[in-house]
Amino acid sequence: MAVYLFYLIVFPGLLFSAVTGAFLSWFDRKITARVQFRKGPPLLQPFYDFFKLLLVKETILPKKGSPMMFLLAPVLAVAGAALASVFILLPLFNISSGFKGDLIVIFYLLTIPSFSYIIGSLASGNPLAAVGGSREMKLIMSYESTFLLFLAGIIVKASGNFNLYSVISIQQNTTPFIGSVSGILLFIVGIFCIQAKLGLVPFDMAEAETEITEGTFIEYSGPPYAMIKLAKYIMLFILPSFLAALLLNGFTLKGINILWAVLKIAGVVLLLTLIRNTNPRLKIKQAVSFFMIWMNLLAVIAIVLAYLGY
Amino acid sequence: MSFKNFCFKKSLWVFHFGGASCNNCDIEILDCLTPRYDLERFGILLVGSIRHADVLLVNGSINMRDRDRLLEIYEQAPKPILVVAIGACGCTGGIFAEGNTFAGPVDKIIPVNAYIPGCPPKPEAIIAGIVKLVKSV
Repeated sequence: MAVYLFYLIVFPGLLFSAVTGAFLSWFDRKITARVQFRKGPPLLQPFYDFFKLLLVKETILPKKGSPMMFLLAPVLAVAGAALASVFILLPLFNISSGFKGDLIVIFYLLTIPSFSYIIGSLASGNPLAAVGGSREMKLIMSYESTFLLFLAGIIVKASGNFNLYSVISIQQNTTPFIGSVSGILLFIVGIFCIQAKLGLVPFDMAEAETEITEGTFIEYSGPPYAMIKLAKYIMLFILPSFLAALLLNGFTLKGINILWAVLKIAGVVLLLTLIRNTNPRLKIKQAVSFFMIWMNLLAVIAIVLAYLGY
Repeated sequence: MSFKNFCFKKSLWVFHFGGASCNNCDIEILDCLTPRYDLERFGILLVGSIRHADVLLVNGSINMRDRDRLLEIYEQAPKPILVVAIGACGCTGGIFAEGNTFAGPVDKIIPVNAYIPGCPPKPEAIIAGIVKLVKSV
């Protein structure tokens, strides 16, 4: 029992993934600054932001709307992200959870933060937040089917294994899945799904700060907003490591291989940041057709190729 | 210096309220965020919602209509909030000080923590003002 609590709260769960995710968030902001020829924030900037919101600022509750759901939503988001981080990171750190079919559970847990953002935005009673919430809902509807097809492609490549631990061990015994045509196609699909899940720029129409002034999060201030930041930090760490586990061979934590593990995560985050910095925001309609038509097509082609053994 | 205060100083998020401005101050404020001056080095970000803001930046002359908006924005902000008046119009009223619709400089409506005069103030002057503001926290 104690060891499970330790998994959830300290190591790979809440604390570890939040701290790593905060550093990755700094990395993301620093790369953004360098792309724009700026200097960028100091290393501990995400921590300053988080503690400022948590300790200093006042919480304002909406007058109209449901304060209870409004305050509960960020907590749910953090809980969902922390649970997902345990399921993703335990196999990556070579601890078998002995749980078959955890890919399906991870798929469901990864949607919890987005759903709780919707709940929180609709509970705030703000019209702009409602616009953001409805956009987030449409976005979820479009990218989740693609993400499911992406996972189906991985499962076909792993010859029917639903277990993240065995997906990683299959890759480590043979070759990483990305070293094939279908693997590369799946990697492209996965990167765009992660981009949409993180709400980064081509797909940030739910929180477009220039257009609907932060949309879903418009009414959040102080500690609840700090919780949302925390959930975002965790997601920024676990989604790239999920991709690394599914396609890039996972981690081997021995000697020089630790450096490789860090480089894999940093590389995926770098790719996400570069996509974010070189693209304008899409309209929600464009995003839906992008996922529903093109990404689904790519994923289906990848599944067929994987089935044929390419 | 307590930990809370230190974190607050290190991450000031700015909400920009433009009154009846001639846009020169707006351009200079934007200039502070561009590569040459880059205020993100000090953790300063421009945010879209007043609920996330730590600093309320007011520029332009405040006329009768703006006054209600400014008061409303100030009351919606989560405390502690710092107010900075930028430009001659924000600080004193400038050339609009005796106009018919002028509703007083910013400090007649809400408490102001820092004044950055100039028409428009240079980005260097804005940075100097922000350094003084951070030191006064």
